Amino acid sequence: MSSLVNFGRGMRLAVILVAALTLAACAQKDKPLAGNVTPGSAQDFVVNVGDRVFFPVDQTTLTPQARDTLNKQVQWLRLYPNYTVTIEGHADERGTREYNLALSARRAQNTRDYVVSQGINASRIRTVSYGKERPVAVCDAESCFSQNRRAVTVLNNAPGS
Amino acid sequence: MRAFLTAAASLAVAAIVTIGAAVPARALIEVDITQANIQPMPIAITDFGASGGDPEVGRQISDVISADLQRSGLFKPIDRAAFIEAGANFDAVPNFGSWRVLNAQALITGRVTKQPDGRLKAEFRLWDVFAGQQITGQQYFSNPENWRRIAHIIADAIYERLTGEKGYFDTRIVFVDETGPKDARVRRLAIMDQDGANVRYLTNSPQEIIRNPRFSPSRQEITYVSQPIGETPRVYLLNIETGQREVVGDFPGMTFAPRFSPDGQRVVLSLEQGGNANIYVMDLGSRRTTRLTNTPSIDTSPSFSPDGRQIVFESDRGGSQQVYVMNADGTNQQRISFGQGAYGTPVWSPRGDLVAFTKRSGGQFSIGVMRPDGSGERILTEGYHNEGPTWAPNGRVLMFFREVRGAGGGPQLWTVDLTGYNEQQVPTPAFGSDPAWSPLLN
Repeated sequence: MSSLVNFGRGMRLAVILVAALTLAACAQKDKPLAGNVTPGSAQDFVVNVGDRVFFPVDQTTLTPQARDTLNKQVQWLRLYPNYTVTIEGHADERGTREYNLALSARRAQNTRDYVVSQGINASRIRTVSYGKERPVAVCDAESCFSQNRRAVTVLNNAPGS
Repeated sequence: MRAFLTAAASLAVAAIVTIGAAVPARALIEVDITQANIQPMPIAITDFGASGGDPEVGRQISDVISADLQRSGLFKPIDRAAFIEAGANFDAVPNFGSWRVLNAQALITGRVTKQPDGRLKAEFRLWDVFAGQQITGQQYFSNPENWRRIAHIIADAIYERLTGEKGYFDTRIVFVDETGPKDARVRRLAIMDQDGANVRYLTNSPQEIIRNPRFSPSRQEITYVSQPIGETPRVYLLNIETGQREVVGDFPGMTFAPRFSPDGQRVVLSLEQGGNANIYVMDLGSRRTTRLTNTPSIDTSPSFSPDGRQIVFESDRGGSQQVYVMNADGTNQQRISFGQGAYGTPVWSPRGDLVAFTKRSGGQFSIGVMRPDGSGERILTEGYHNEGPTWAPNGRVLMFFREVRGAGGGPQLWTVDLTGYNEQQVPTPAFGSDPAWSPLLN
């Protein structure tokens, strides 16, 4: 759960919600975790599915863990076919600017290709690359770099988002 | 924006007149710039405001000349407080004895006066103290607001006369000004003099990410990458006199890492498609684009050789980021970097003899140079994160950015010369990255 605290802009609501749910989970362990989240909402996608996958240093291929997350995203996107998404590619700060921009493009592309291979219509997905210019974690240690090497699936037309 | 750009760009320094030598001129002194560790030449620069004329502007011009020469690492200006003759007559031959006792090898005297038409007149003489001779003397006229440029032009004249190489002080830097926290940075396109003075902002949107600005070698034009947040990064051309900007080419994907050809007629850049990046060149006259590389890899950071015949670039086609050279038509692509680590951001020296690069090795980021055939690699500066070298027009000094580590950290601009011993921070108002050096303006 701790990695979920580092959302980009526009996700503040979800962060607050996660904190609240964590407290609730401690107090009442047998209650369903997502009890307060509206199914099919952006919060539902972020909290119960997971909106991002992570990459090892200098890598752009999807890890088994990343594929698990994307499989859940695919299931969810099948349930809610009205959503289109933007997959954002990012890199950590430990690379040169131009190379990292291209590396982040490849991360976004590989993520998109996998989601399409699992049956999501390509017309629902666009990609955008940010290189190392949009980190979510700012310390100068691997614990932050690993959160920044990411591809984030952003819902474009979520109501109220 | 338009008004200041026009003012900054228009060259109002005119009428360079050589002042006749009081004593027959013969350059006897010279800085030996062939050694690895250069002994800076002791040089005395008098207060140009002290021998009649405009005391305030005169002193400021002396200070800028002195700072330029000092930062080059080739000269050691002597503290003016130690001068025996501070306000000598500019029109008379100096008393060399009082400069010899200070061990000054070269002496600069000068005078700045306001003309009846409102212009400034700046005169200087360069003297060989031990030979007792004038080496050169010149005078310049300019609008008063261009006084810093006059100082840089005089510093260039002194540098050239004493080193035998062209100077680089009358130049500008285009860079990315960075403000705000690391996870919400605002990146603006900015331009300034090479010593950090006269900063101007050319873009001003928190919703636009700016990367990789570069000067045209022949026009008042910059190419750079703009990315409105949420959109695809694209290469643009910006005319810095008119403020007019246009996208470069009609490419079906992200374009980045642009650079002009040495004749200014073409822009070479990377196009990303399907996760791969390849290098293209576009002729700015005909708008025709030509594909130069065709690999399922990341080919980027192209930079022309000064004769325009070759292009150095980086590619990860061999499994890691390395430097390659190809002909300007894309033929004969050869890897040239074979050291331990990854190599990126290659940039060809304006002299043609070296390629500068960023090297990643052992968790460190260094700036280094190698010959265009890959031999003779030398690391000039090494640390946590140094990146993105750009050459001074004389090929002796590199500017780059260095990251201050940590959550509150950010990039700052630095220079290092080819000896690797002379590192200087370049002042910027906030954090600064992606510097690119202009050609000589004069």
